Amino acid sequence: MSVLVYTESDQGVFKKAAFEVASYAKAIATDLGTTVTAIAINANNTAALGTYGVDKVLQVNNDTLKTFNANAYAQVIKQAAEKENATVIVVSSSADSKYLAPLLSVGLNAGYASNVIAKPESTSPFKVKRTAFTNKAFEITEITSDVKIVGVSNNSFGLVETSSSASTEEFSPSIPDLKITVESVDKASDKVSIADAEIVVSGGRGLKGPENWGMVEDLAEVLGAATACSKPVSDLGWRPHSEHVGQTGKPVASNLYIAIGISGAIQHLAGINASKVKVVINTDPEAPFFKAADYGVVGDAFEVVPALIEKLKAFKAQQ
Amino acid sequence: MKILVCISHVPDTTSKINFTDSNSKFDTNGVQFVINPNDEFGLTRAMWLKEKQGASVTVVNVGGPETEPTLRKALAIGADDAIRVNTAALDSFTVAKQLANVVKTGGYDLIIAGRESIDYNGGMVPGMIAGLTEANFVNNCIGLEIEGTTAKATREIDGGKETVSTTLPLVIGGQKGLVEESDLRIPNMRGIMMARKKPLTVAEPIDATAQTNSVTFEKPAPKGAVTLVAPDNLDELVNLLHNEAKVI
Repeated sequence: MSVLVYTESDQGVFKKAAFEVASYAKAIATDLGTTVTAIAINANNTAALGTYGVDKVLQVNNDTLKTFNANAYAQVIKQAAEKENATVIVVSSSADSKYLAPLLSVGLNAGYASNVIAKPESTSPFKVKRTAFTNKAFEITEITSDVKIVGVSNNSFGLVETSSSASTEEFSPSIPDLKITVESVDKASDKVSIADAEIVVSGGRGLKGPENWGMVEDLAEVLGAATACSKPVSDLGWRPHSEHVGQTGKPVASNLYIAIGISGAIQHLAGINASKVKVVINTDPEAPFFKAADYGVVGDAFEVVPALIEKLKAFKAQQ
Repeated sequence: MKILVCISHVPDTTSKINFTDSNSKFDTNGVQFVINPNDEFGLTRAMWLKEKQGASVTVVNVGGPETEPTLRKALAIGADDAIRVNTAALDSFTVAKQLANVVKTGGYDLIIAGRESIDYNGGMVPGMIAGLTEANFVNNCIGLEIEGTTAKATREIDGGKETVSTTLPLVIGGQKGLVEESDLRIPNMRGIMMARKKPLTVAEPIDATAQTNSVTFEKPAPKGAVTLVAPDNLDELVNLLHNEAKVI
């Protein structure tokens, strides 16, 4: 018996979410009185996982797996789970993990709970708390199968350091034929992605036009944040679709979400409500976003945002 | 080409979310049900394939008779026929198992389901159908072209997108981008009249054991009032974010 965690990497470097799911796996393993094994595919510096409670790393180095392939990755994780006799498998909520987890679930005949936001309420029966109804409710789900898969919502559990060390073992699973070929990837490598970001700065129609996005990007840069936008902004073509957040766009579960010139339509709020702290900047004090936000500034974004950038720069310089 | 579009019957976004039976069941009282938005993008994309390249479009739902108006709406939008698998949707796995059986029985080439439903947000059904039928699978799909038995699909990834090529049979986890919101079709009177005559088959379920069980629901604690900061006092906002919220 053990807890297996899939620790994702990008270009060989572990994502922050990898350390978060490792921390989560450690918490479950402690409750179950067992150890944590990580499965890492083409990742460097596997020893770093020890800091977050991983005891052993199964390291797969394989050129065929250089680009992500959901079926092949699911097969690799399945073989690792079988080798380690894992009863619980922990994955993140990245696009890739959400892509492979249902395939893994079928492969292992394992129940899967996605969008889990806390450590299991109990491990026997195995009950977890997850978000449902697009963040308008929480659901306590019991996983009844022998093997269980838990998908942890990003930024929900946080990083927990422990003083253990991880051993690394080469692992050479069999790789299935890749029936899906990646033709091209279009990814902004210099920017923080919305999924990985701890802070997201988002702009709405109140910004009047795409030419005014400079200050949104400047604010994001000061904060090390990702940029996002509301649906009308992407529909108008002011910003790329990939920045659209909300019910039909990307979900956001950041620590801090700053909404600039966004009124707060219910579909928008549904998609960003999982963020822990919300700040709204809007000229209209009646904008629905003020009811959803923790902090608000009633004022003109064109004055407030540049001033806020200066204040934050001064604050960062002091730190 | 035979296309199957999976339709989830979900509460409209603006619905009040409440629970009954000691918070163990979703309260459907007064709730307006709609086609799951992520499924509707896929349905519209399927209609385009039908109109431009020739295809049959079947819509399917797993659920009780109360979901039939949602299937009829999909027929009014233009699907050719509908199947309702007559069993309660216990969990994603049992739903996927019923749908996989429909896929195998009907020999569908292309299966489009939404990347997730807006009620349970599981995000599992498309992938599980693919796993159970051993079809190829592209999730978070924002672009799809089919030529013969080959497919080119664009999927959203964290921080960008990627284009892949693959072959049918194929399962798509669809979302906005397959078509745009402005492309969605509102059923007209003729469509609604025709939908009444289109076949809606009630299929009996196969045996399937759930792997997860919904125990209870809770609603988030009511949020406190917003703390307003004057636009000329932004030092205070920085201070609050640092010392109170501890997010910067």
